[in-house]
Amino acid sequence: MKLLPLLAAVAFGVTAATAGGEELTGTLKKIKETGTISIGHREASIPFSYLDDKQQPLGYAMDLCMKVVEAVKAELRMPDLKVNLQPVTSANRIPLMQNGTIDLECGSTTNSIKRQEQVAFGPTYFVVNITAAVKKTSGIKTLADLNGRTIATTSGTTSVPLLKQYEKTTAIDVKEIYGKDHAESFLLLATDRAEAFVMDDILLAGQIASSRSSDEFVIIPESLRQEPYSMMLRKEDAPFKALVDRSIGEVMKSGEIERIYARWFTTPIPPRGVNLNFPMTPAIREAFTSPNDKGV
Amino acid sequence: MSYSWNWGVFLEETPEGGVYYWELIVSGLGWTLAVSVLAWLIALSLGTVVGTVRTTRSRGLVLLGDAWVELFRNIPLLVQMFLWYFVMPELIPPLKRWIVRVDPTYAQFIAAVLCLGLFTSARIAEQVRAGIQSLPRGQRDAAAALGLTTLQAYRHVLLPMALRIVIPPLTSEAMNLIKNSSIALTIGLAELTFRAREMGEYTFSFFEAFSAATIIYVAIAMTANRAMAWVERRVAVPGFMGRGGR
Repeated sequence: MKLLPLLAAVAFGVTAATAGGEELTGTLKKIKETGTISIGHREASIPFSYLDDKQQPLGYAMDLCMKVVEAVKAELRMPDLKVNLQPVTSANRIPLMQNGTIDLECGSTTNSIKRQEQVAFGPTYFVVNITAAVKKTSGIKTLADLNGRTIATTSGTTSVPLLKQYEKTTAIDVKEIYGKDHAESFLLLATDRAEAFVMDDILLAGQIASSRSSDEFVIIPESLRQEPYSMMLRKEDAPFKALVDRSIGEVMKSGEIERIYARWFTTPIPPRGVNLNFPMTPAIREAFTSPNDKGV
Repeated sequence: MSYSWNWGVFLEETPEGGVYYWELIVSGLGWTLAVSVLAWLIALSLGTVVGTVRTTRSRGLVLLGDAWVELFRNIPLLVQMFLWYFVMPELIPPLKRWIVRVDPTYAQFIAAVLCLGLFTSARIAEQVRAGIQSLPRGQRDAAAALGLTTLQAYRHVLLPMALRIVIPPLTSEAMNLIKNSSIALTIGLAELTFRAREMGEYTFSFFEAFSAATIIYVAIAMTANRAMAWVERRVAVPGFMGRGGR
């Protein structure tokens, strides 16, 4: 069943490689002409894509993107391909992708149907649960316990409308308070200004792991929604999309992904040697066994 | 690879349902105006008082005024906003107890108004002081010769002239204040820039959202500018104020 598209992709790759430079289109053509591939990375999306103490981007998504870069080098027969690293934010990542400043975005971008109107996505490499972090002393055990409480969340994230919808469907009433970034939202929770922080579970785990009093906090084992993270590329660029799908698909099928995953999620990571202790969830394992680019 | 503009996005519904993006922007505008107007009132009254006492002959008052100006002028506005909202309640336990209970929006609003009002008051104080000191020495002396007390001299002679002189720089301050109010987004107040960013995050039409915000800021700042020019013309003393406000 899954073999056919893979074969087609491989066959396509072979023809593209043998046909030479003239036949290239889209991103691959741009890379060939400029001799450069431009990677968009985040600065503080731990552990997906962030800067270490020497201001070098690294992370789980960066490791996977480098697999794509290797594949591009092989495909275009350009061993000296230059890699341009461009920091992006959640606000400018899509415009910069559309105007050609970056060719591949490696961060913590949710693959959503809405975003697919503007950009394309590679295979899902992580699945998050949107849930809440609370202080252990608050006595909040489930999402329903949030009724009547003040809840912090980061402005502009998908958590905000989700929370509103959850309020409507379950008839609970909460007060929202916004932080401008995750660190600030977490500060609102840590200083008791909010009683819960609603966000992607892995980002909550990251904030808790790097906090001075990690034992005080707990993540509620429930989910408002699951969201797939994926690398972003330009729309309507079938050859490049096929190359991304193929190279990442191989990493997942070969089991190499296990090693890369463990490096970032279950062992101490730079710069401070914090261990996120975030073993693979069933949803993530499922994404690895059958690679797909389905959005939410 | 050119950008495809989509102005229709303002008529789309937000993910929260029942609210449209243009309404989001308008509600942001409301907070921007509310913060700016209240902060301006604080800044103008405190700034005039502090600026005036810095020109008196009382060493204590001058020192106090100088300290005020240096304190608020030398700390970045972004940092002040953070201090007011996050640090102050940690230092003052009753304030902390209040802020945890109250609707978060009020706390953000009050912190933003105080922060912007005090920050701008330091700048206005500096201009009022310069305005008073720009008056010829003879005016102060003449007031004294007429038997006016210091308070009367300021009230009837010095301030009426000085405040007219500083209207143009005050206009700049009013326009700065409106633009500075966007810093309130860092403490989560849902003002205009906050809403533009939010709209961008949801629709990915960042250029449209920020274009709208830009046009609105320009429009408010221009209105403030025209209003101040009108005030300047209205209060001009014939023969004294050379070419003000045309």
